[in-house]
Amino acid sequence: MYLKKLILCLTALFLAPLSFSAWDDINMTPGVNAIAQEIFGLHMTIFWICVVIGTLVLGFMVFLIIKYRKKEGVEPADFDDNPKLELTWTILFALILVGMAIPATSTMIKAYDDEEGDINILITGHQWKWQYEYMEDEVSFFSNLTTSLDARNNIAPKTETYLLEVDEPLVIPVNKRVRFLITANDVIHSWWVPDFAVKQDAIPGFINTAWTFVDEPGVYRGQCTELCGVYHGYMPIVVKAVSDADYKDFIQGKRDMKAQQALLTEKLWETDELFAIGEEVYLKNCVACHQVNGAGIPPVFPALAGSEIVMNDKGRQVEILMEGVQGAAMQSYAEQLTEVEIAAVITYTRKAWGNDAGGDGEIVVPKEILDYKNNKL
Amino acid sequence: MSAVIEGHHDDHHHGPAKGISRWLFTTNHKDIGSLYLWFSFIMLFIGGAMAMVIRAELFEPGSQIVSPEFYNQMVTNHGLIMVFGVIMPAFVGFANWLVPMQIGAPDMALPRLNNLSFWILPAAFGVLISTFFMEGGAPNFGWTFYAPLSTEYAPPTVTYFIFAVHIMGASSIMGSINVITTILNMRAPGMTLMKMPLFVWTWLITAYLLIAVMPVLAGAVTMMLMDIHFGTSFFKAGGGGDPVLFQHVFWFFGHPEVYIMILPAFGIVSHIIETFSRKPIFGYESMVYAIASIALLSFVVWAHHMFTVGMPIAGELFFMYSTMLIAIPTGVKVFNWLSTMFKGSLTFETPMLFAIAFVALFTIGGLSGIMLAIAPADFQYHDTYFVVAHFHYVLVPGALFSIIAGVYYWLPKWTGYMYDEFMGKTHFWLSFVSVNLTFFPMHFVGLAGMPRRIPDYAMQFADYNMIVSVGAFLFGLSQLLFLYVVLKAIFYGKKATGQVWEGAKGLEWTLDSPPAYHTFETPPNLESGEAKA
Repeated sequence: MYLKKLILCLTALFLAPLSFSAWDDINMTPGVNAIAQEIFGLHMTIFWICVVIGTLVLGFMVFLIIKYRKKEGVEPADFDDNPKLELTWTILFALILVGMAIPATSTMIKAYDDEEGDINILITGHQWKWQYEYMEDEVSFFSNLTTSLDARNNIAPKTETYLLEVDEPLVIPVNKRVRFLITANDVIHSWWVPDFAVKQDAIPGFINTAWTFVDEPGVYRGQCTELCGVYHGYMPIVVKAVSDADYKDFIQGKRDMKAQQALLTEKLWETDELFAIGEEVYLKNCVACHQVNGAGIPPVFPALAGSEIVMNDKGRQVEILMEGVQGAAMQSYAEQLTEVEIAAVITYTRKAWGNDAGGDGEIVVPKEILDYKNNKL
Repeated sequence: MSAVIEGHHDDHHHGPAKGISRWLFTTNHKDIGSLYLWFSFIMLFIGGAMAMVIRAELFEPGSQIVSPEFYNQMVTNHGLIMVFGVIMPAFVGFANWLVPMQIGAPDMALPRLNNLSFWILPAAFGVLISTFFMEGGAPNFGWTFYAPLSTEYAPPTVTYFIFAVHIMGASSIMGSINVITTILNMRAPGMTLMKMPLFVWTWLITAYLLIAVMPVLAGAVTMMLMDIHFGTSFFKAGGGGDPVLFQHVFWFFGHPEVYIMILPAFGIVSHIIETFSRKPIFGYESMVYAIASIALLSFVVWAHHMFTVGMPIAGELFFMYSTMLIAIPTGVKVFNWLSTMFKGSLTFETPMLFAIAFVALFTIGGLSGIMLAIAPADFQYHDTYFVVAHFHYVLVPGALFSIIAGVYYWLPKWTGYMYDEFMGKTHFWLSFVSVNLTFFPMHFVGLAGMPRRIPDYAMQFADYNMIVSVGAFLFGLSQLLFLYVVLKAIFYGKKATGQVWEGAKGLEWTLDSPPAYHTFETPPNLESGEAKA
């Protein structure tokens, strides 16, 4: 099977550049807006100039190899310079480069534009997820990879969008200028959506800007492009461009959800209920580091199973979840998860893996998390 | 007192010491050259094995053989070992062997320093590689070790990494001081600067680059060390520091560093092409000026590695233009090599094959370099496999091929034995095909959008990654053949003549093969015509 695939690949390798149908799979995307298309055009211009130069140079080389191979009775020439010729080609190189620099400069100036947008979105890179905050509408959420561990471990089949799918995509309206303010919470990440030709580093302590203007509704995918730790390859970007009406619905929906969650916090909770929600939250947010069995990957990611804090120090555990741990990969989940989710996941870790038997087995209810937040204020 | 001195006078033809102490305490440039080259060869297989792990993991989508954490350690150490442990020491090995022989000097100017600068190198890599067996694992933040991933978020072994980098830097600086001192003070009478062989010129300029930038690297890792252990905030945004500062400092070292890894290659290839074209190198002076201008420009282009960090537009444009300028001297060099072949009398022994492949494939790497220099387009190329393809084209069929070419070219001189030409050519063709199979498709997956340094990838990149992996395995295996050819020459090779190659010119070819343990104890007289540089 591998052999068959390999032969196919080899054939593709040599034929692909020739057949235009396959061209798209091996070239830069033309993009979906004016600036991306302009960058694509620039790329193709420079590319063809390089192909022509490369072909001439390599062609000339092949000619030399054939024409001047050693023959009986033919003496090699012994010239060793030709200043006029050397000056000519130096000037020629300079002219070609000026020819490249002119369109490049004009595209660069167009791409660089940090005017306010109709919509301004703060994008924050976290290890290993993106946070999107709609600045005008006070809506904020996190976007996590949804590809299952089974698919990644080759147990479940892989879909078309393998590693490029998230639970909550960034939703933007079409025909509006959307400005991105890009920063990071821990290490440097880089937010890249090839179709928009937007790639901007997300750097802690800095806010970079980028912008886009999308004409066509659609789903556009990208990935983090700056090594940001173990799961750098697992923090994709999905952007959904929708009509203005759909966009308004989306924002309203997010606001309604926020109100509902506030109500849930006051509800009386059963341990089992919290445990079930907690397990779900744990599998989504915590397993990457602390592992399914709670054993972690010491010393970088500590174990939760049998941990003194998880078993006997409820207060400290709440604090860690809310504030993160300075200088370690553990981040604050105060913003990422709701009060219910935080309470549930703490409850889960205190009950799972035999922790309830070894420790005090106390649970945490959402009200306690809310109180923690309010006291801080 | 005088009797002792007399005694030494009788001792003119003493050879090397016996046993291990010959290698441990040697101050002989030939021995130290061999040590550097063997060290580099061993590291090539260690770094290469890491590349094999990377390609096995990327053979198909999905998790294959290693965890993402170990994958990052492989990526990091593959880069560090290949850059600091293979390419740089190999060129220092060439410098040790050839600079004294090419300028008619008896040895390097500072032989004891020479010994020290070699022997701290295995210590540095011992420290680095030992981190694999420590708690927390080896460094996992990429060979560019961007803060804060390499400081606040690094495994505890980062301190060992910093120590190792310091030692490597010290070794390079000592080596460079030695090269410069030797070249400036120990040339045979009559060998003016503009009569020096090109390899010597390239190393003189490389040595200055090293002295200029290795301390900058040392500064960068020292700031990291302070941030990690002593509570400073050079790169910590939370403490008022600046993570981007790290990148500026790193690339101020890093860009000259990439020319450190290619300039000596230019020298080696120039000698090989003129020998097998049986014609003097075309445009010697413009070659020297081109090397010097590449070196000078390398100090003002660093931020082209950082087009996406959010520089002001003036910065983007400045670094785009300055980077494009480098194409001019580089183009001059390529055209000079072609003009050297023009109207020559070419034969294609293994060194020439590798040298021609160098020119051809380095040109491809240079052209993709021009594409990367175009700042707005770089927003799409940056940190994708297109970049990986580019720098592997200049470093593998570039720097590494020149090293292999140089080994084939000078091996008969060094050892006194010819290598097996058929096996050499087989090694060439296997390497040539597989190197392209490995790195050419990377351009495509990069343009199609595959980021670098990821342990797993989306489905549309699957086919090309499989080709790349197959190419990489083949390339890795081909280098075992190289080891075989070298060993076979040393143990079973035919005796080589002093001249070795019909068209070879230069002082080293006036010596026996192998040369005596000490050569040019009295400098050759270049004016008399009996030895012509």
